[in-house]
Amino acid sequence: MTEDDRLAAILADHAGREGALLPILHDVQAAYGCVPADCYQPIADALRLSRAEVAGVVSFYHDFRDAPAGKHVIKLCRAEACQSMGGTEMIARLEHALGMKVGETKGDVTLEAVYCLGLCACAPAAMVGDQLVGRASTERIEALVAEVSA
Amino acid sequence: MKVWVPCDAAAVACGADEVAAAIASAAGLRGETIEIIRNGTRGMIWLEPLVEVERDGVRHGFGPMTPEDAPALFEGGDQPKALGPVEEIPFFASQTRLTFARCGRTDPLSLADYEANEGWQGLKRALELGGAQTIEEVTTSGLRGRGGAGFPTGIKWKTVAGAEAPQKYIVCNADEGDSGSFADRMLMEGDPFCLIEGMAIAGLAVGATKGFIYVRSEYPHAIRTLNAAIKAARAAAIIGDSLMGQGPAFDLEVRVGAGAYICGEETSLLNSLEGKRGMVRAKPPLPALEGAFGRPTVVNNVLSLAAVPWIMTHGGAAYAEFGLGRSRGTIPIQIAGNVKHGGLFETGFGMSLGTLVNEIGGGTASGRPFKAVQVGGPLGAYHGPDDFDLPVCYEAFADQGGLVGHAGFVVHDDSADMLALARYAMEFCAIESCGKCTPCRIGAVRGIETLDRVAAGDPAAIELLHELCEVMEKGSLCAMGGFTPYPVRSAIRLFPQEFSLSMEAAE
Ligand SMILES: Cc1cc2nc3c(=O)[nH]c(=O)nc-3n(C[C@H](O)[C@H](O)[C@H](O)COP(=O)(O)O)c2cc1C
Ligand code: SF4
Ligand code: FES
Repeated sequence: MTEDDRLAAILADHAGREGALLPILHDVQAAYGCVPADCYQPIADALRLSRAEVAGVVSFYHDFRDAPAGKHVIKLCRAEACQSMGGTEMIARLEHALGMKVGETKGDVTLEAVYCLGLCACAPAAMVGDQLVGRASTERIEALVAEVSA
Repeated sequence: MKVWVPCDAAAVACGADEVAAAIASAAGLRGETIEIIRNGTRGMIWLEPLVEVERDGVRHGFGPMTPEDAPALFEGGDQPKALGPVEEIPFFASQTRLTFARCGRTDPLSLADYEANEGWQGLKRALELGGAQTIEEVTTSGLRGRGGAGFPTGIKWKTVAGAEAPQKYIVCNADEGDSGSFADRMLMEGDPFCLIEGMAIAGLAVGATKGFIYVRSEYPHAIRTLNAAIKAARAAAIIGDSLMGQGPAFDLEVRVGAGAYICGEETSLLNSLEGKRGMVRAKPPLPALEGAFGRPTVVNNVLSLAAVPWIMTHGGAAYAEFGLGRSRGTIPIQIAGNVKHGGLFETGFGMSLGTLVNEIGGGTASGRPFKAVQVGGPLGAYHGPDDFDLPVCYEAFADQGGLVGHAGFVVHDDSADMLALARYAMEFCAIESCGKCTPCRIGAVRGIETLDRVAAGDPAAIELLHELCEVMEKGSLCAMGGFTPYPVRSAIRLFPQEFSLSMEAAE
């Protein structure tokens, strides 16, 4: 399938759905790893919106990326319950260990902040790829990173 | 042998999947036939993964389990992880579980389990009573919105029921973005049919044929479970073209958010549902009259809707018997952060804050002295031991310049840096502001700067910070900007020395 066909298929999937823009953007990101700017116009045309409206929506939400993330995305919770259990220090140690900051991508790894994963009673919490981590420690996350990068 | 291993995200995050696999293989090695049921969580998160084994009809708990503990389940004798009958554990036994009655007991996706445990009784009764009387029942219960604002659910439903329109909607707010809140997630993962039933009753009551569950993208497990449950309920003809084959049509759809805290605010959520930026709308018009796609819409929190099946089954008056003052019924309290017994504790309104932190929560997890507890999420105030007498109810907390919100309680020990937490509150507001109004959009950024000046010892900065908080509180369109001063001011009020020491040092 060509790139254009993939997008057309996604748009066809959602044809006639009320308020379809977010579900479309989620599907686009799942397919391309990000929401490429050259998708804006075709999406806008399909939903009878302006290109600027689509761009405005993409930029509003934290989830949508303009460039693909690394193969391994590590989300670290920065919110209060995780802070109360040493989350801030854990993030700092992990940044040091991986030689990168939250918000950066280095090689295969993307480090991201997240504001609560609903795991506040087993804080600090993180998500490595699809895997949820409760009672997280720097060592546990490093081990998971090593596992997924192997 | 029947074995339960929770599939709740918190249990999974603590290794429940690995434990389930280890139990299956240990059983295989011994040639034992076992049935592993993936239940929701009992809410005792500090014991997760909490495995249950049925012995003589009683479910015995073991936890927190590791894969290495699995073989011992089959060996008998003394087991270090044994907790005894799980429903006799004091944390569990002392609850009043109405909304969470099934959570942790049943297989979340088993229709048979659901039916055998009072499932669909509330919907059946609503079908018998009809819309108007159903709303009466909900009004009698005294149920107020569990999403934070505490608005009476019956009144909201009545407004939507009274509106004339070709289409109405039920929107479930499952955006649960507050730190310290996980009850919505637990319910959706542990008893999704309960939410479906609550929404179906709401649809019937107000004349809505379509419902949306707007779930945050940070909850992939809940999204999967809900989709599977909706499919099962539709296949069993409980929802769809007709409610249980005798009522009007009602169908459900899950919509996934995209990482924006503000989309928990109901008007912002509606914009997001419509495919727009999650900008807050000015009220009026009320969503009840002009909500999703401009139609009359009930927007309710997960727990408000999930309370309804019990209310319809047992009667509004029975529900109203629990509680304190104008806070009726039960409240699923979430205890989190630096606390020994973190988890979900459902009880009638009125328990004191001190009991909750020290007895139910068991004090800090670190064993260090308690310092403060933030109640009601990132927009909620910090409370110290002086507030330990406060009963958990909407009015008492509001009177103390705080809020119960979604009833998330985040405990901090004495190592907490209150200046850093106050700065974080401003930072969170700056990151998550929808940008519609200046006091919030710009004020939060100035708040961070001002707190940095406080930290650097600028004596004029505290005064400025108070003025800024005043502007944010008075001038913001919604509670994001309006309540961010709560954690900031309460931190200063409780621990003035942490905001002035640096000043003195500089002088
Ligand atoms: C900034 C902000 C965030 C909110 N987040 C949530 C949320 O995550 N979940 C929720 O149910 N209500 C949230 N609310 C409250 C909703 O606006 C609304 O009052 C609620 O969904 C109504 O349902 P209820 O009456 O059942 O509580 C939030 C409000 C504000 C101002
Ligand atoms: S207070 Fe903040 S979040 Fe609320 S409307 Fe104003 S800018 Fe938006
Ligand atoms: S605060 Fe980190 S998971 Fe909730």
